[in-house]
Amino acid sequence: MSALQDKYKVLIDTANASGISNLQVNEQGNVLHVGGDAPDGATKDKLWDIYNKIDPDYRAGDLILDVNVAVSVGSKAKVTTDSTNLNIRKGPGTDQEIVGKAAHDEIVTVQSKTNDQWWLIKTDRGVEGYAYAQYLSPQ
Amino acid sequence: MKMTKTIIAIFLSASVLLFSCSAKDSVVQANINEKFAATPECAGATAAVTDGVATLTGEVKDADCMKMAATTAEGIKGVKSVVNNLTTTPPPPPPAPAVSADNALSQGVTDATKDFPTVKATVNNGEITLTGSIKRSDLKTLMQSLNSLNPTKINNQLTIK
Repeated sequence: MSALQDKYKVLIDTANASGISNLQVNEQGNVLHVGGDAPDGATKDKLWDIYNKIDPDYRAGDLILDVNVAVSVGSKAKVTTDSTNLNIRKGPGTDQEIVGKAAHDEIVTVQSKTNDQWWLIKTDRGVEGYAYAQYLSPQ
Repeated sequence: MKMTKTIIAIFLSASVLLFSCSAKDSVVQANINEKFAATPECAGATAAVTDGVATLTGEVKDADCMKMAATTAEGIKGVKSVVNNLTTTPPPPPPAPAVSADNALSQGVTDATKDFPTVKATVNNGEITLTGSIKRSDLKTLMQSLNSLNPTKINNQLTIK
């Protein structure tokens, strides 16, 4: 086992034990890349808490934790912004026109997953567009 | 005299026993290895038989093949027990993660840092460098967004308030 895999052993073991699918662990130029699909947001958060414990404030620059929450089309997601509204845009990018907003804590429907950053969503009021996935938690 | 005869008799029968035993072992061994050769899953496995105990060595494809080889050996007449010392071929390492091209990465970084105006981010050769400042409570959100862009590295030089 490499020194990096040893350093992040608890993280890798936890990922293995908590049902991360498509788990990938490999090293590139002294950076450990850990990727996969988490069954839920709590599992992703748990891994991030372990990451922060091993490397406080994520300073070392030796890990990329690319674990994202698996989401299925038609499922519900909650808007988890700090307190503000979430912009719904015409296309997947912050340079795209805003077509509507979803309120903090509002439940929306996931129409499709464009990538790990942008999901196509629809609100109960019928507004459809792209929202930033970081602020959406699958329910 | 009688004693000597008895001793000789014991020696003779013992050697016959030993001989017959090893002869049988070699037959059993040949039978197992023949069966292995005819079973594709058992490719790489070799059996050595001593006193009816078949010891399996070699490298097979996976755990199922290990089990298959042991079951095959157990099914051969004359095998009392099987010592399974087989190993499996380690799977090939997973492909290296695709690293986003700088353009797509820059766009992703712009999106991820939009809500954090005090953070300055630059992208170079797949690496993200963060300068400026951020609230500790926002750091995880920002880092999660940036990590999901799968850059080669993140240099976090942020001042945390």
